[in-house]
Amino acid sequence: MEHSTIKETTADRWFNGMNYLVLTVFLLLVLYPLVYIVSASFSEPSAVLSGKVWLYPVNPTLEGYMAVFQHKLIWSSFRNSIFYTVAGMILNVAMTVAAAYPLSRKDLYGKNVVMFLFVFTTMFSGGLIPSYLLVKGLGMLNTVWAIILPGAMGVFHVIIARTYFKTTIPDELLEAAQLDGCNDFRFVLKIVIPLSGPIIAVIALYSAVGYWNQYFNALIYLKDQELFPLQLILRDILVQNEVDSSMLTDLKEEAKREGVRELLKYSLIVISSLPMLAVYPFVQKYFIQGVMIGSLKG
Amino acid sequence: METASATDVRSEAGSKRSAIPIGRRMGRCWQLYVLLALPVVYILLFKYYPMYGAQIALKNYVASNGITGSEWVGLKHFIRFYHSYEFGKLIKNTLLISVYSLLAGIPFPIMLALSINYVKNKKFKKTTQMITYAPHFISVVVMVGIILEMLDPRNGLINVIIRGLGLETVNFMAKPEYFSSIYVWSGIWQNVGFSCIIYLAALSGVDPSLHEAAVMDGATKFRRMLHIDLPSIIPVMVILLILNTGNILDLGFEKVLLMQNPLNLRTSEVIDTYVYKVGLASAAMNYSYSTAINLFKSVVGLILLVAVNQLAKKAKQESLW
Repeated sequence: MEHSTIKETTADRWFNGMNYLVLTVFLLLVLYPLVYIVSASFSEPSAVLSGKVWLYPVNPTLEGYMAVFQHKLIWSSFRNSIFYTVAGMILNVAMTVAAAYPLSRKDLYGKNVVMFLFVFTTMFSGGLIPSYLLVKGLGMLNTVWAIILPGAMGVFHVIIARTYFKTTIPDELLEAAQLDGCNDFRFVLKIVIPLSGPIIAVIALYSAVGYWNQYFNALIYLKDQELFPLQLILRDILVQNEVDSSMLTDLKEEAKREGVRELLKYSLIVISSLPMLAVYPFVQKYFIQGVMIGSLKG
Repeated sequence: METASATDVRSEAGSKRSAIPIGRRMGRCWQLYVLLALPVVYILLFKYYPMYGAQIALKNYVASNGITGSEWVGLKHFIRFYHSYEFGKLIKNTLLISVYSLLAGIPFPIMLALSINYVKNKKFKKTTQMITYAPHFISVVVMVGIILEMLDPRNGLINVIIRGLGLETVNFMAKPEYFSSIYVWSGIWQNVGFSCIIYLAALSGVDPSLHEAAVMDGATKFRRMLHIDLPSIIPVMVILLILNTGNILDLGFEKVLLMQNPLNLRTSEVIDTYVYKVGLASAAMNYSYSTAINLFKSVVGLILLVAVNQLAKKAKQESLW
């Protein structure tokens, strides 16, 4: 809010000062753990273990990253995760548009029934075991389908896309197109999709983050390590503390191995967050748009 | 010319709509139904079929007999759960963690939003928003990894600080009494920025003339924040609170599961993690019992949600928007 024409009083200047102070505290509280992790990942293992790392890397080394690099499973799972994310994202966008556009049309008979059918699933679900039995029954256990298909469409995405179509695609456009002999398929392909860049970006990003971050489906549906997504490997290393020492290099001394193991964790946290952090500044506005469009309905 | 004819067609279609038989109306936009077909199939298969499959909660599920072929046992599994030792503990833990995170999560995003709203320096504002939103996108696994690293009894940052102060180090993850706080406060750290977006949106809708009038009357910025900005976001807060109450049984199950260890299980076992353990992760897997517990939760959750939505509708009518 700009009130530049208004002259500030002393009380206001105090307020401004306090305000910046509060924000700085917020900022540091959020930022510090992140900075610490990055610094620790570049530091000498013994410095991390003895708590010498505060703000900047101590005796910088790339040992942690080397260890990540040498860990075979991390790379194969990284590739898997990229595949799952891209495939899941494309599937989600296609399904969401295919569902949301017809539901946004006033002349679609039965749209309320379908909408109710969709929305009800956000309030009630069959639960873990019946879903598991379904995936098992479809023969998808231990295949990539078990990771990609169960999350193929988010009802919440359909709702926000539908709101978007309703508010941004004018009826006149459809009527004009219909007069020119354009059918619904062509209308979606040539007019709706090109006009819906922002909402498609929102859905693509949210579903990509969802697929990249998910681990639970992989945990219950996959057995083959070759199919594991990154998050599952991360779980073993970061949470279960299971680092297969043979996966690391032939370190002789146990102490050194312990140190590298710690370092590996910090490096892993950094590397696994890297793809997200790399694109985040550029796509941030779409995430915010997602919240905004979502709240319109809410 | 063209627009005129277009409106003609529309008004014609509008007046005749009721006269056209349903079949023709559906036929006219058959392509829309084709588009809709795959999503509907997906929903029916992946969402409704499991609901049908949830009937195993009332049966003794045997894999060889399948869902429909297994024998009905009525409410046996529900009664068993109700009388089990776990029942009270699970409900208590679930509600405690949920309510705690719901209440503790309210003030900070509001504070942050109010604060950001008064920053004039555009660059500082942008940077603050960017940095505070970022942790929201860290995955649960990495988030829990960070928590464990930070709280590590030997070389975690928190314990290094505690040791530096000359105090006794604490193995936080092994203490059941700390579990809910660790869960809640790490969640606030991760989501404070992102949750403030909606409040910022509400603040941008505040009528500037209110501020101008207040300045005329000699109100300081602090007073304006207290008496203009804060009241304008309270309706949003109330509605969010009401809506979130509807999901009170659905806490971040994936995060809880990752944060669990045998030492903190007393306070960290919640309904969802128990369902997973009984159904898929224990030596004696019991699909029917697990599904019964899950169904109990889903039904209670549905009732809560419907009740709460009614309440939210009322609140929305009473508030400004």
